Amino acid sequence: MTSSYRLGEFHPFAGGGKSYLYLVPSGAIFELDGPSAAVIDRLRPGERSREDLLAELGPDAAEVLDELAQSRAIVSGPGFHDPVEKAPLPFPLNTLVLNVTNQCNLSCKYCYEFGEDRVANPEGKAKFMPEDTARASVDYLLANSQGRRSVHLTFFGGETLMNFPVVRSTIEYAREKARAAGKYIDFSLTTNATLLTPHVIEYLAENQVGVTISIDGPKELNDQLRVFANGRGIYDIIAPKIRELLARHTSRPIGARVTLTSQVVDVLKIYRHLKNDLGFHEVGFAPVTTSPVRLYAIGGGGLDLVLEQFKTLAREYLDHALRGEHHGFSNVTDTLAELHQGISKAHPCGAALGLLGVGPSGDLAPCHRFVDSDAHKLGHISTGVDRAKQADFLDRGHINRKIECHTCWARPVCSGGCYHEAHVRYGDTGHANLHYCDWIRGWTDVCLSVYGEIAARNPKFLEHFDERSSAQ
Amino acid sequence: MRHLRAVNRKAVRVEEWIAAEHGDVFALQQGGGQPTRPHYPMGCSLVFSPGWEVDSAGGTAGLCQPVERDLYDCYLSCFWPAQVPDHLNNYPDWTGKCASATKDWRNIDLVFP
Repeated sequence: MTSSYRLGEFHPFAGGGKSYLYLVPSGAIFELDGPSAAVIDRLRPGERSREDLLAELGPDAAEVLDELAQSRAIVSGPGFHDPVEKAPLPFPLNTLVLNVTNQCNLSCKYCYEFGEDRVANPEGKAKFMPEDTARASVDYLLANSQGRRSVHLTFFGGETLMNFPVVRSTIEYAREKARAAGKYIDFSLTTNATLLTPHVIEYLAENQVGVTISIDGPKELNDQLRVFANGRGIYDIIAPKIRELLARHTSRPIGARVTLTSQVVDVLKIYRHLKNDLGFHEVGFAPVTTSPVRLYAIGGGGLDLVLEQFKTLAREYLDHALRGEHHGFSNVTDTLAELHQGISKAHPCGAALGLLGVGPSGDLAPCHRFVDSDAHKLGHISTGVDRAKQADFLDRGHINRKIECHTCWARPVCSGGCYHEAHVRYGDTGHANLHYCDWIRGWTDVCLSVYGEIAARNPKFLEHFDERSSAQ
Repeated sequence: MRHLRAVNRKAVRVEEWIAAEHGDVFALQQGGGQPTRPHYPMGCSLVFSPGWEVDSAGGTAGLCQPVERDLYDCYLSCFWPAQVPDHLNNYPDWTGKCASATKDWRNIDLVFP
């Protein structure tokens, strides 16, 4: 045999004293033993022939070379990729996000729905989703989720609880219809917590509705941008309501969702407050979606600071995981789940595939962030998805079209990143989010190290992720 | 694979794919890898099993194996839906007088259900 080998595409990492390869684009993670690590090292300077390697490493290395070549950690022959397959359409629905209203009682300065970078044009459209539109959405979800045992309905806004009567009646209707269709349905909603009352809390707890609260940390941080129309901060109003919710609603884990901005980057302080002082089960962070010129946009240095603090929390998460305990930093949990499954994304997310957003008027959108935007409308709930528009949206967002991503090792988990972010930054949902490439690679590397260390020292913990993400 | 350990679920799938694509198929083996000892398939002439097969003419004269060869395989070792008594429920002592099949096979009882 006269093969010449060179390194394949992978990201090497270490954890718990072991060496690993994260293979790209498969997303497979293999642990190397001494002989296989030796081959990888020999090939780092460049291509070498099989005979050459066998002469240096001995005839036993033949088996090592075969295994590495078969898993494509090392490659020979021409260096081109087969194009990634397109998703089969129509794709069965998994989740509908119902924007039950586009109205909100707050005026958060960074809001993507009302702020300076909004994509929505709600003028002249329904402000509150009527009951029959919500019911039609349920029917549509059940009828178009072929092959799935369970489906999800998420209520969103605006401020979701401004249309609580429709949330309630829709849940009742959906339960009944799902039972008749032989499917399992679950519910969740996102709220700013200002309208939580004992009555609402009781209902959410009794009906096992998952709740995510938008909150940016302790008072001095939260109230910088999360304010009423008159500029007054909302922390003092929501804190007691949140405590009450957390005390009563224990049937589902309650999460906090933090938006990081140039003014609000103290991740550790925010996490400690939300997890320890208020008692949230999970806390997740996301940098604000905005064009770079806004005052609240996080500059390059700011993201580095965020990553450093994320690393500190990830280290804490690891210590918990090694003891087999839960830690509430959901950014790690979400990434570990994807790494454990070895997900390799052709599209950055499920928008316009298994997930659709429905606006108050019944217009369909790729996700909740594009609701009420005429430019991104994908049909109407009464007539269904406009398949041509859907295919066009998906084609433009497919990894095959994002040339910049083709040499990036993080593309299995990123696939170019959020469509909405790309639209705000570059005016094109199919553009790769090049402004946060370093961030994604940095964060994925942190999570791979955590994963490797857990795999080496407490592999049983990873069983938590066996079913996650693969649930039907 | 001996040098790479599949850690996540995708790696396990890759490993299965490699085994299907590149591995040999060894039927009736214990464990994977190369066979370490000779393998004797069950049911060949190394094992004496009195049986009831018929030849191409419907008789027993032209059989390449003794007529009794398959009997035990149907009754005990392998299940085969043949017209032999069942040893689990109704005729546990059917071969009670047959201590050594090669010598005593004529002592196997007749059964009239």
